[in-house]
Amino acid sequence: MTTDAVESLSALPVGQKARVVSFDLPPEQRQRLLEMGLTVGVEFQLVRFAPLGDPLEIKVRGYMLSLRKNEAAGIRVTRV
Amino acid sequence: MSTRAPAPVATPARDVLRHVAIAGNPNCGKSTIFNALTGLRQKVGNYPGVTVEKKTGRFFGSHGEAMELLDLPGSYSLQVRSPDEAVSRDVLLGRLPGTPRPDVIICVVDASNLERNLYLVAQMLELQIPVVVALNMVDVAEKNGIVIDLMALREKLGVPVIPMVGTKGVGFIELRQAVSRSPLPHPPICAQMPIVLEREVMALAKQLPVAPEVARGEALLLLTLHDQALDEVAHHERAIIDATKTAQQRLRTAGIDPLSAPVDARYDWIGEVCAAAHHSGGDHHALSISDRLDGWLTHRVWGWVAFLGIMVLMFFCIFTVAQYPMDWIKDGAAALSKWVTGHMPDSDLRGLLTDGIIAGVGGVVVFLPQILILYFFLGILEDTGYMARAAFIMDRLMSKVGLHGKSFIPMLSSLACAIPGIMASRTVENRKDRLVTILVAPLMSCSARIPVYTLMIAVLIPSHSALQKAGIMLSMYLLGLVAAAGMAWLFKRKLLRGETPMLLLEMPPYRLPSWRGVLLRMWERAGLFLRRAGTIILALSILLWALATFPKPDKADATPSEALAQSFAGRMGHAIEPVIAPLGYDWKIGIGLIGSFAAREVFVGTMSIVYSVENKDEENIEPLRDTMIAEKRADGRPVFTPLVCIGLMVFYVLAMQCISTVAIVRRETNSWRWPLFQIAYMTALAWIGAFIVFQGGKLLGFQ
Repeated sequence: MTTDAVESLSALPVGQKARVVSFDLPPEQRQRLLEMGLTVGVEFQLVRFAPLGDPLEIKVRGYMLSLRKNEAAGIRVTRV
Repeated sequence: MSTRAPAPVATPARDVLRHVAIAGNPNCGKSTIFNALTGLRQKVGNYPGVTVEKKTGRFFGSHGEAMELLDLPGSYSLQVRSPDEAVSRDVLLGRLPGTPRPDVIICVVDASNLERNLYLVAQMLELQIPVVVALNMVDVAEKNGIVIDLMALREKLGVPVIPMVGTKGVGFIELRQAVSRSPLPHPPICAQMPIVLEREVMALAKQLPVAPEVARGEALLLLTLHDQALDEVAHHERAIIDATKTAQQRLRTAGIDPLSAPVDARYDWIGEVCAAAHHSGGDHHALSISDRLDGWLTHRVWGWVAFLGIMVLMFFCIFTVAQYPMDWIKDGAAALSKWVTGHMPDSDLRGLLTDGIIAGVGGVVVFLPQILILYFFLGILEDTGYMARAAFIMDRLMSKVGLHGKSFIPMLSSLACAIPGIMASRTVENRKDRLVTILVAPLMSCSARIPVYTLMIAVLIPSHSALQKAGIMLSMYLLGLVAAAGMAWLFKRKLLRGETPMLLLEMPPYRLPSWRGVLLRMWERAGLFLRRAGTIILALSILLWALATFPKPDKADATPSEALAQSFAGRMGHAIEPVIAPLGYDWKIGIGLIGSFAAREVFVGTMSIVYSVENKDEENIEPLRDTMIAEKRADGRPVFTPLVCIGLMVFYVLAMQCISTVAIVRRETNSWRWPLFQIAYMTALAWIGAFIVFQGGKLLGFQ
């Protein structure tokens, strides 16, 4: 249905809310993200980028989590 | 439903003690609760054979019964990714020798961050050990507009839930009561796994040679391991690993990802729990304050200003405030040594006491003020949550050499002294990253190098201006920094290759520090340093004293410099002359190098003895400087040419001339392998550096 709206987390603008669709990451990294609550379907918000542009910070399940752009690029999301 | 207590590994201590473990996510306030329960009745040690710290303490139940509380490392999950987490899992499965399986787990949960915190609880419940949930920071949650329905939460979780405010002492009576209850209520299985998965879990559980109540939990943990981690499992037979892999394969064929399905199932269950018990109001007041602070503290411009300001303040205190107690300790050691000299006849025993033991122990204790001040700051930075921001800001730069943002603080601390820096590397979770950080930390120019730089700059440019001195000093600091970055990059690429660990950093809300916790940690670190490093340093100091003292000179009226030339150290200076000749050094400098193997600043004192300069006042290096400038080789050329001076400074930037660091690396890595490797590579680096300066400089026509 919404095939056009899937993009990678690292491409979102600051302040954007989005939902996790799928992961394009090695199994172990995917598992760690899942365990931190970034599960498929969960809604989050991109809060900010670090002063040097990387890593970035998201708000998910009521807390702040930062991860590098490199991994964020493998997280497929859709804007809400 | 069975309510019997589980029957874990029996130990003799079980009659008098109930073994309690305390677990929780990082930043959930676990240490505050641990400290409040145990007070000063804490013990810090290591688990046998691994570098993971084991922290235990005694506390008393509601009827005065003694209990042993084991602090498990803060963790987001029981999935094993670090030695710390492996230890946690092994303790909870009751298969760690010397550590009985806990009778009950206190699982600390941050009430203002319930969803993610419940993930670990879900995993704990799967292990079938009685769990008491300490719902901490309910005050913060309330302020954030979060309402938690305790009755609903208890019912959904099926275990006791105690609302607490750890920092204000709220809820401890109820917690003690809950932990003392007998029999303890047995936890229900909460998160329902998909049927296909559950079937595989039960099938695998039957094959495991463990007690039935832990079998399911362990089977589930095994099934969720990825291939590489499975191959590293050492405590199960190959057949079980293979069975796990085929089970995983069957699951994948059935369209179930064994790595993510259990995680999803747990979060589904958490969703149900939260829907029933967790009502979040719209107004996230405290979070928004934290958010606004972050707007400044991680700002493109102001973020750096704040960061640099904090670092400068920290270093200012370490260098200036610590100077007073350091001087007292030095003066005290000198006074004690003088007193002994005055009250004992001249003998080897007196020499051993004054030059070996007092000088050696004094040399250790003198680091304490810096370590305490550094830990004071680190404790505050950690408690307030700023540490995560520092890592957030610095990660990009650190990642250029393959390290993690969290390696920044240990490296920076090493500018004061490598010992607290290396001790601070414990915040780096990844084992390889931590090791690389430890290996390169001593390359950062520490305060003990300053006397050497000062002396060599004085010899190089006798009438130097403050600006010249600062310029040369700065170059040396930069050289150390570049060397550390370069070696870190090299080690990450060649020696400790492996996947770049991903950065997953929680940014906790800003909080006021717990002063009690900060002080306790300073106390604990200081004790560790004195006990563990002190013994090794003492032994090596005595050895170095013996080398510089024996054999005795033949003449009775030999001057100290003749005696030193006669000694093993003097002979070693001669022996290493061929090795250091290409650097432009003679055997006298060789003695200085050997003498300062224990501590760099000893170089100045050793050179004073070598050149027979009466150097009573350490601050006044002029007599020594003039002697060194006047020192000639056999052919009349001066010894300390500019190239030799610069080369010596470069040597001291790069060489591992510090027994205390060797001792602390030995302790932190739990083997002699890494400290010895570190000595080898740094000495090689130092030699090469000095060689390039001396020989390269000569080629370019300098002296």
